[in-house]
Amino acid sequence: MRKVMTGHKAVAEAMRQIEPDVVAVYPITPQSEIAEYYAEYVHDGIVHTELVPVESEHSAMSACIGAAAAGGRVMTATSSQGLALMVEMVYIAAGLRLPIVMALANRALSAPINIHCDHSDAYLTRDAGAFMIFAESAQEAYDYTLIAQKIAEHPKVRLPGIVNLDGFTLTHTADVVEPLEDEAAKKFVGDYQPFSPMLDVDRPSTWGAFAMPDYYFELKRAQQAGMEEVPAVFLHTQEAFAKVAARGYRGFFEGYRLKDAERALVLMGSTAGTAKVAVDELRARGEKVGLLKIWLWRPFPYREVAQALAHVNKVAVMDRALSFGAMGALYNDVCAALVHEKNKPALVNYIYGLGGRDVSTDHILHVFQDLKEAQPAHTLRFVGLRE
Amino acid sequence: MPNIKTLAQREEKQVRFTPGHTLCAGCAEPMVVRTVLNAIPDPVVVANATGCLEVASSRYPGSAWNVPWIHVAFENAAAVIAGLEAAYKALKRAGKITRTIRFVAFAGDGGTYDIGLQALSGTLERGHDILYVCINNEAYMNTGVQRSSATPRCAAATTSPVGEEIPGKPQDRKDLTEIVVSHHIPYVAQASVSNLIDLANKVERSLQFTGPKFFNVLATCPLGWRTPRASAIDQAKLAVETRYWPLYEVVEGKYRITYKPKKPLPVEEWLKTQGRFRHLFRDEKGKERIAEFQAAVDRHWEELVKKEQCLSGVQEQG
Repeated sequence: MRKVMTGHKAVAEAMRQIEPDVVAVYPITPQSEIAEYYAEYVHDGIVHTELVPVESEHSAMSACIGAAAAGGRVMTATSSQGLALMVEMVYIAAGLRLPIVMALANRALSAPINIHCDHSDAYLTRDAGAFMIFAESAQEAYDYTLIAQKIAEHPKVRLPGIVNLDGFTLTHTADVVEPLEDEAAKKFVGDYQPFSPMLDVDRPSTWGAFAMPDYYFELKRAQQAGMEEVPAVFLHTQEAFAKVAARGYRGFFEGYRLKDAERALVLMGSTAGTAKVAVDELRARGEKVGLLKIWLWRPFPYREVAQALAHVNKVAVMDRALSFGAMGALYNDVCAALVHEKNKPALVNYIYGLGGRDVSTDHILHVFQDLKEAQPAHTLRFVGLRE
Repeated sequence: MPNIKTLAQREEKQVRFTPGHTLCAGCAEPMVVRTVLNAIPDPVVVANATGCLEVASSRYPGSAWNVPWIHVAFENAAAVIAGLEAAYKALKRAGKITRTIRFVAFAGDGGTYDIGLQALSGTLERGHDILYVCINNEAYMNTGVQRSSATPRCAAATTSPVGEEIPGKPQDRKDLTEIVVSHHIPYVAQASVSNLIDLANKVERSLQFTGPKFFNVLATCPLGWRTPRASAIDQAKLAVETRYWPLYEVVEGKYRITYKPKKPLPVEEWLKTQGRFRHLFRDEKGKERIAEFQAAVDRHWEELVKKEQCLSGVQEQG
């Protein structure tokens, strides 16, 4: 049934249906509503979840790690500085191969302090070992929360996952969402089979041993192997989801009017909606433009992105965060994806929307226009900036 | 309540922390760990903060732990044990677990007094049904004897050396046990590796309470205190006999000193046997510092005795 709800409510609904054993969460703008909705479910006795209202995000992920190692199904959510405080533990959750799923309501990192959206928080955890998905809409945030849980718990993966949804733009904006029926959602996610749970006291297991140079490397290689399983599991899980939902997702990204495009954008998150409007407008004027919207950012689908962009003449890669001293992280990914291709598009890197700076259709139209003239170079170009 | 014989019998019955770890010869920590774990009849799950105990007991692919055990990081043993206990409660509620399991966190003084204080406070406030054991050797021993907020005044540590201007640590240690008492949890105790029966009694007694149970256990580090390897028990005993480290418990807010030295020794007796205080015995200035140290010990003891008088269950009944 179609309902009107915010992105936060959509994520909270997915969490209610997943019904984790433990949710440990700490308030931060804009994420707090997820914690509040979930606290209501717990206090109304709708879910059996044990809510741990921790005293910091660091403890949120620490408690999640303990609960997941115990053998529980575990979720959390955060934003911005909260993730920055938590990030030490995100690395450890990945290193311990714990399938903790987290909603990340994307918000800019300080300083200056700013509560609005950009992707600097997500970029902070880029190398942490969690697989990372970006949602364009409240519907995608809902769907990918269910999908992420299933991927995280897959025996070949067993890694934390982060579902990104743009702060305020998605989290606080009411949109039409069609959730699955509870039973269908529960059946899709399925029962959780923990690996060597600590609460199996008759078979004691040691978690978080320390490894010297003689073993550390092999253990990290094994963790990478888990990450390498994500793409296949991701596609498989999308297929399974398409069978139960009225909509289907196919692939690591969405190509929008991309097949015959001469110029294209590559970006992640809610700006894809604005970009689609701009693409339609230019197409109506006869310009061959398109969009590649990333769903799965980590692990990065190098081969598929290269194939999808090989025929394009010029590509604008749009990063919603700075990686100080380097080009945008997504730009670098796309560069790396294309480096071995014989025919490859010229790439230009645009930085946009920092700290919640509005990105309108006009801005996107401007990017397409600018892209015509822009010389490919490792130079940042800024969208909607006063200079 | 156990005597020395029952403690030994428990050791024979089940070995929860096995030999083969790489803790230093003469280290007090294994005695604390085994005494605590053996005093708990139920199955246990352990979370361990980063530190000597963790490093020496879990080198991959080996493990000294014969119980489910986890190490996550330095500052969060309290949060990790809270997560374990939360999962247990949820799974019990869902009918997936029926047995009683106990949850024990071990952390050093650095991981408790300093970097882990926030996580500890949160876990205490939320009322998780856990035991938290601070194995207190009064400095960051694992990283090379740096000062912590548990390090006593005057003690030499590698970040509070005896210099020309500043002789050892200039500040008093923090009274963590009293900070924990202020959380109004059901059971708080101070114990010492020198009094293992007292420690075992305290752990056993605490198990009757649901909620957080906290133990601050003095555990000699011969390396860091610069005392002979075989001196761990004697050193801790002197700390108790000089009233530097009172043994007491606070049960639902009621204070009880569990051991009162009949003839308390001057604190000098404890100080003079440790290399970290050697500089106090060189000159007149040192004598003054020892006198100040003694005055502080006396003041704290008197405060504790008053608390026992004012806040004891016995008086309330009378």
